[in-house]
Amino acid sequence: MSTHFLSVERLSKIYPAEGGKTNPPVFEDIHFHIDKGEFVCIIGHSGCGKTTILNVLAGLEEASGGDAIMDGREISGPSLDRGVVFQSHALMPWMSVLGNVAFAVKSRWPDWSKTRIAEHCTAYLEMVGLGESLARKPAELSGGMKQRVGIARAFAIQPKMLLLDEPFGALDALTRGTIQDELIKIVQATHQTVFMITHDVDEAILLADKILLMSNGPHAKIAEIVEVTMPRSRTRAEIHHDPQYYRIRNHLVDFLVNRSKSYAGVEAEATHDPKNPPLVRPGLAGEPDRPVALPADKAVPYLKQVINH
Amino acid sequence: MPSRLALKAALISLLIFAIFIGAWQLATQRKESTTLSGADAEYAALMGKGQEKTDGFPPPLKVAKAFVEYLSDPFYDKGPNDKGIGIQLAHSLGRVGLGFLLAVIIALPVGFMIGMSPLLFRALNPFIQVLKPISPLAWMPLALYSLKDSAISGIFVIFICSIWPMLINTAFGVSSVRRDWLNVARTLEVNPLRKALLVILPAAAPTILTGMRISMGIAWLVIVAAEMLVGGTGIGYFVWNEWNNLALPNVIFAVVMIGIVGMVLDLFFGWLQKLVTYRE
Repeated sequence: MSTHFLSVERLSKIYPAEGGKTNPPVFEDIHFHIDKGEFVCIIGHSGCGKTTILNVLAGLEEASGGDAIMDGREISGPSLDRGVVFQSHALMPWMSVLGNVAFAVKSRWPDWSKTRIAEHCTAYLEMVGLGESLARKPAELSGGMKQRVGIARAFAIQPKMLLLDEPFGALDALTRGTIQDELIKIVQATHQTVFMITHDVDEAILLADKILLMSNGPHAKIAEIVEVTMPRSRTRAEIHHDPQYYRIRNHLVDFLVNRSKSYAGVEAEATHDPKNPPLVRPGLAGEPDRPVALPADKAVPYLKQVINH
Repeated sequence: MPSRLALKAALISLLIFAIFIGAWQLATQRKESTTLSGADAEYAALMGKGQEKTDGFPPPLKVAKAFVEYLSDPFYDKGPNDKGIGIQLAHSLGRVGLGFLLAVIIALPVGFMIGMSPLLFRALNPFIQVLKPISPLAWMPLALYSLKDSAISGIFVIFICSIWPMLINTAFGVSSVRRDWLNVARTLEVNPLRKALLVILPAAAPTILTGMRISMGIAWLVIVAAEMLVGGTGIGYFVWNEWNNLALPNVIFAVVMIGIVGMVLDLFFGWLQKLVTYRE
């Protein structure tokens, strides 16, 4: 038995093709784990199955193979133990802001009185800066505010793990920044365990403890796990003064631009162990700023510091 | 400025109405002045005082008189063939309301089930597609034979004509509830009843209300024809009765009343629709 809070083993997903044929698996042999209180981001190109992995963890979708075990229990369906923030905020437009959060809270604690639910919801909505907008309908809110309600709703049920599916993807850069800062504050205050999909390299570095890099699909795998070695009290304003920041950033961008393809191929398999994807710490000093791109004929992954565990 | 626009529109409406009445007056005046042709004159003579009712299409003033006469005392009851317009309309509205209510009781739950289950939808779809285009009045003989009561048959005809738009719209509304909202409910482990009442119903309500509005429109169209067939009471019977009396001013009056009541019903459902519509 693993001692990790969440462990994912041998996960794979095959979508049925038309006419009874079988598609190649979107991803296969996915192994990773998350410890309690960890913030893990997953990055990869479209089509590598990030959202599917998140949906499997949420219990909304079934994997074709492998297991996901959280807190000693197999994930076999949706549960209040896992809060989900959807990419499209998914607020019910006929309910007020308070009503949307109260709907979730009432589901979690059906016995609570109305006033207790309202107090609880208000506290969480105040946490995301929406204490003034309780009675408003989602249609009257800006995109950023809607997403804040979605975050408040997910936090308010006090889940053991929070799953975020590209929550800031549809927001403009300024709004995204302020909500990211808020999210950092809340996560640090609540020691929430978080699994988050993002396309944004900077967002991942700002928020995550660990970043899972996925190779391209089909046959997508976790190519590397990047540990963000900067201290956790990061802010958007200061993070880019840290010399580690650009090293990590370059490593991630380089992976996405040059190396994400080569892990999908057969040639990488010889040296790549999907059960123990290499853990790299590109941020640590003394390392070269820019890792060299992988030569196409010699498919040995370039790793600066590998800790197999 | 919207208020000025409304004022202009109202003025134009009044103008159109005035032109219409004027043209009507002119058209009927000419008819009145023409002398009766040979056969008509003979027929009139034969019928004695039939003159009053066969003198062509009634001019607006005569129709207006009928309006005043009927609207000044809408609820009188002087036997089976002479009731006030209010009583007749109340009978019609009662039938429509009852048939419509029965249709709601059946269509909403069945529509919900069909909308939730693609299997049931496929299984029931052929029946719905065949039954939907049948003119409700075609059911009348079967209804009369099996129900053996003309009043209940009228209600049945309303029921059968108003069930389809509601059923189809409910099924469509329920089946097209956004996946995201259902996923929210799933991740919150909401029980099925709570999900149906608090997520699916409000999400589908605008579509369901649209179906109800269409159904009510059809029901009001059908009740007139049904009452002409069934007879006894109701606005449809009133029209038919006055036609048999050759009292055209009364027929015109009834036709206008049918239009006004239909409009009020539609406005009411439009208002309900507005209540449940949400902005995204």
